[in-house]
Amino acid sequence: MQILQYLINGISIGSVYAIIALGYTMVYGIAKMLNFAHGDVIMIGAYISFCVTSYLGLPAWVSIIAAVVVCTLLGITIEGLAYKPLRGTPSLAVLITAIGVSYFLQNAAQLIWSSSPKNFTSVVTMKPISLADGKIVITGEVLLTVAACILVMVGLTLFTSKTRTGKAMRAVSEDRDAAQLMGINVNQTISTTFAIGSALAAIAGVLLCSTVPTLQPTTGSMPGIRAFTAAVFGGIGSIPGAMLGGILLGIIETFSKAYLSTQFSDAIVFSVLIIILLVKPAGLLGKQIQEKV
Amino acid sequence: MKKILNNKTTRTNLVTYLVVIIAFIVMQLANSAGMLGSSMKGLLVPICVYISLAVSLNLLVGICGELSLGHAGFMGIGAFSGIIIAALLKDTVANDFLRLLLAMLCGGVLAGIIGFLIGVPVLRLRGDYLAIVTLAFGEIMKNIIGNLYAGTDSEGFHIAVSTSKMKLAAGGKYIVNGPLGATGIQKLATFTMGFLLVLFTLFIVQNLINSKEGRAIRAVRDNRIAAESVGINVTAFRMKAFVVSAFLAGMAGALFGLNYSSVTAPKFNFNTSINILVFVVLGGMGNILGSVISATVLYVLPEALRGLQDYRMILYAIVLILVMLFTWSPKVKEFMSVIADKASGVFKKKEAGTNE
Amino acid sequence: MKKFVAMLLAALMVLSLAACGGSSAPAETKADAAPAATEAPAAEAPAAEGAAPALKIGLTGPMTGSVSAYGLAVRGGMEIAVAEINARGGLQIEFKSEDDEADGSDKAVSAYNSLKDWGMQIMAGPVTTGSSLAIAAETVNDQIFMLTPSASATDVAMTGSNVYQMCFTDPNQGASAAELMAQKWPDATIGVIYDSSDAYSAGIVDGFLTKASELGLNIAVDNAAFTADNKADLSTQVNMCKDAGCDLVFLPFYYTEAAQVLTYANTVGYAPTFFGCDGMDGILTVEGFDAKLAEGLVLMTPFDANATDEATVKFVEQFKANNGGLVPNQFAADGYDVIYALYNACVAAGVDGSTPAADVCAALQEQFKTLTVDGLTGKGMTWDENGMISKAPAAMVVKDGAYAPLA
Repeated sequence: MQILQYLINGISIGSVYAIIALGYTMVYGIAKMLNFAHGDVIMIGAYISFCVTSYLGLPAWVSIIAAVVVCTLLGITIEGLAYKPLRGTPSLAVLITAIGVSYFLQNAAQLIWSSSPKNFTSVVTMKPISLADGKIVITGEVLLTVAACILVMVGLTLFTSKTRTGKAMRAVSEDRDAAQLMGINVNQTISTTFAIGSALAAIAGVLLCSTVPTLQPTTGSMPGIRAFTAAVFGGIGSIPGAMLGGILLGIIETFSKAYLSTQFSDAIVFSVLIIILLVKPAGLLGKQIQEKV
Repeated sequence: MKKILNNKTTRTNLVTYLVVIIAFIVMQLANSAGMLGSSMKGLLVPICVYISLAVSLNLLVGICGELSLGHAGFMGIGAFSGIIIAALLKDTVANDFLRLLLAMLCGGVLAGIIGFLIGVPVLRLRGDYLAIVTLAFGEIMKNIIGNLYAGTDSEGFHIAVSTSKMKLAAGGKYIVNGPLGATGIQKLATFTMGFLLVLFTLFIVQNLINSKEGRAIRAVRDNRIAAESVGINVTAFRMKAFVVSAFLAGMAGALFGLNYSSVTAPKFNFNTSINILVFVVLGGMGNILGSVISATVLYVLPEALRGLQDYRMILYAIVLILVMLFTWSPKVKEFMSVIADKASGVFKKKEAGTNE
Repeated sequence: MKKFVAMLLAALMVLSLAACGGSSAPAETKADAAPAATEAPAAEAPAAEGAAPALKIGLTGPMTGSVSAYGLAVRGGMEIAVAEINARGGLQIEFKSEDDEADGSDKAVSAYNSLKDWGMQIMAGPVTTGSSLAIAAETVNDQIFMLTPSASATDVAMTGSNVYQMCFTDPNQGASAAELMAQKWPDATIGVIYDSSDAYSAGIVDGFLTKASELGLNIAVDNAAFTADNKADLSTQVNMCKDAGCDLVFLPFYYTEAAQVLTYANTVGYAPTFFGCDGMDGILTVEGFDAKLAEGLVLMTPFDANATDEATVKFVEQFKANNGGLVPNQFAADGYDVIYALYNACVAAGVDGSTPAADVCAALQEQFKTLTVDGLTGKGMTWDENGMISKAPAAMVVKDGAYAPLA
C-alpha cells in the first residue's frame, strides 16, 4: 500500500518535471541550444496566472490563457533580442546568453513581485480520490498534470510529423543547411519553436505551482535544472523521451527518499542518472547518432 | 631569441605572463602605498582563484571542446580537503606559507584523483551528455560535502559522511560541521600565493596547449574521427586534460577555502560552475589571456555595481547579455573588426591599463 | 587578434558601465532611503547642522536570490527603527545595507568590506547564519561590534566577544521545543521533517533530538529531511510521518516550505498537530495562503504581528506602509529591535559618529553586560557573556487565523 502512495507521489512530481522537460527538449531538438532560461519563463507564467486569479479575481482557465499569451510574447521577445543575433555562433555562446536572460528574469520578477513567497492556489478544484481507507490518495493535480503531459506529448508528436511547420522543424533539426537549401525559413522556424516552447512553459508553470504551491522568483530554477536532467535522461530531443525521463526521475527521487535516505537523495538521483547514461549514452529513447567522417 | 619572439603563440604566452606580472606588481605597490580600500584588498585573492579556475576550465572547454558544468565540484573537493589538511598540520608545520602550499597540493591531488576516477567511465560520453554528467557530479559532491563531518578530539582525528551529526568527545573541535560547513578556518591565503597559483596554472595550461599533446588535443576537438584515424589516442588525451583541469581547480579551491573563516557546501553549486563557464566563454574559448581578463572584470563587476542596491543583479544580467551580443554576434563583429583594424595600435597600448 | 580587440572593447565597456554604476550610486542610495527619510524631514535638518556626526550602522543580508525575502524583511524593520530614532533628534543614525547573497564566504566578506570602506562603526547583521560565520571572524579582527538579528547558530556568537545575537540559538530552541512537547504531549508519536542543507534547521534538530532522548519522547520519524535542491517535493516526507502514525509533526524550518507541507497534508487528509519554531512566523501572512490550513499549528515565536500593544501596532502599520501592505514577520521585528538595542547602548555609552569603531566596540561590549531591552520580540531581553540573548520563547497556537497563547 505504502509503495503505491510513494509511486503516486513520484508520478506527481515526475509529471511536473516531464512537462517542463518537454519544453526543454523541444527547443533543444530544433534550435540545438540549452535554454537555461526555460525554468524562469515557467516562473513568470506562474506569476501571471497568480496575478490574474488573485488580483483580478478571474477564473483559473482565464489565468492559464493569460499566462500562455504573456509567456509566448516573452519567449518571442527573448528569442528576438537575445538569441537571434547569435544564430550561427557556437552553442555555448547562446548558452551563456540564456544564463544572462535567466538572471534577468529572476531579478526582474523580484523587482516586480517582491521576493516574499506567494501561495499559489491550485487550478484544480477536484477533491482528491481516496482509496484503501485513505492510505492512498490521488490528487486532482496528478491527474491533470499527467493528462496534460500526454496531451502535449501526443500534440507535439502529431504537430512535428503532420503539419508543414512541424515538418520544417524536423528538417531544421536534422540539418540546418540542407533545410535552408530546400527553401525552409530557418530563422522563422526556430522562432516558432521558441514561441511553442514558451507557451508550454506557461502551462508547466501553472501545473508546477498547482502541485508545489510556493511561488518565488527562484521557483523555476531548481525544477528547471531537474527537468533538464530529465530531458537528457530520456534522450534529449526526443519528445516521448522527455515524458518518460521526467516521470522516471520523479519516481527515482521519491523512492530514494522513502526507502534509502532523504539526506542523500540528491546524490542518489544523480548517481542513477550517471549510471544510466553510461549504459545508454544517448539517454533512454535518444537516437545514437553515428558520426560521419 | 628573435626567432622565439617571432613565433605567434610564444608571443601571446609571454604577453599573458607579462600582463599578470605587471598587474601583480601594480597591485602590490598600490597596496603598500595604502591606496587600496578594504573592498579591493578583499577581492585580490578570489580574483586569483577565479582566474585559475577559468584558465583550467578553458583547457577543458576551449581547448578540448568538452562542456563541463561541474567545475565547482572539483573546487569544493579542493577547498574542503585543503581546509582539513591545513587544520591537521597546524602543529606539525609551523610555517604558514608552507602549510598553505601543502594544503593546496593535497586539495589539487585529491581533486585530480577524483577527476581521474570519474573520468574513466564518464569520458566515454560527449557533448551535452558529458555536460549533464559533470553537472550531476557537481551536485553529488555538494550533497556529500553538505553531510561531511570532520574534527579532532582527545582520540585523534575523525571524519564521517553521515546523516546525523557526528559526535566528538568533550573538548573536541569540528573542522567541518555538516550543513554549517567548515568554520573557524585559520586564514592562510595571501595575494602572493594567489599570484603564484595563477602563474603556475598559466604555465601548466600553456605548456600543455603548445606541446605535441596539446596539438593532438586540438586535433581531437576539431575533428575527433580524423584525429583517431591518424592514430591519436583520443581518450588518453581527453583524460589528461580532464585530470589536469580538476587538479588545478582543486588547488584554486583550497586557496579559496583558506581565504575565509567559513565555507559552506552550497558555495560549490551549479551556479558557481556556470559563473566560471561564463568567464571562459566571454573571454573567448581557447583564449587564455581572455579568460584572465574576463574572470577579473566579471568578478569585480557585481562589486562595482553595489551602489545600485537592489538593481545591482539585474544590471549585471543586462551587461552579461549585451557583452555576449557584442563579442559574438556576427553583425557586431563585422562592425567591430572595421574599428579594430583602425584602432588596434591604440588599444594595444591600453591593454595593460585595463587589466588591473 | 580581431577577436581579442573586440573583447577588450567589451571589457572597456563593462568597466565604463561599472564606473557609471559607481558614480550614480549616491543618487540611488538616497532614493532608497527616501521612505525612511520622509518620516521626519524636520528632524533631519537640525541634525545635519548639529555637532555630532551620525552613527554609521551597516547591515548585510540576502537582498537578491532565493532567500532574499528574509534579508529584505530585516532591512525593512531596521529602516523603520532608524527613521524613528532620527525623528527624535539627538543621536542620529546613518544606515546602509549591502547584498551578501546569503553566501558563506567571498560574497559575504565583499559586502562587509564595502560597508567597512563606507566607514561602518557597528555591524547590525548579517541576516543568515552562513554569512554571519564568515563575517563574524572579520569583525573580530577589525574590532567592530556585531549584533546579528537572525543568525542563530551557536558558533556565530562563539566566534568572539564582540559578536552578539538577537535571536534564539538553534540548539536551545530545539531543546525548548522538546521540553514543551514533553510537557504538553508526553505520549505523542513524533515525526521530524527538516532541511538537512540548512544550518538553522539542522541545528534545531540536533538540539531537539538530544533533549528528546533525555526526556524519553517517542520519536517515530527523525530522517525525513529535504535539501534546498529538492524541496519542490515534500510529499514523501509528509507521507513518511503519516505512515509512521505520527500525531505530532515537528517542522523546524521556514514558513515558505512549511506552507507547502501544510497544503499537502491537508490534501491527503492528514491532520496531526504541527509544531514550528520561530522561522514559522510569517506563515499566516503569505499572500494567497489559506490561513485555515494553519489552524491548530503550534509555534514558538517571539513576535506576533497581531499583538495589540502600542509598539507592535505602530511598527506593523509603518512596515505595511513602506512595503506595499506586506505584514512584517519576526525577521523584521528582530531587525527593528537590533537597531533599538544598539541605539540604547550607544546613548548610554555616549558614543556617536566620531567615535572610532574599535572604541565603539569596547564601549558596547561593556554596555551589553548590563543592557536590558524591551522590544517587539521580548520584554527584558538581556545577553550573557557569550553574546547570546535570553528571552522567553512564547508558545503560540493558531486559532481563527491569528496567534493565541498556547493553553
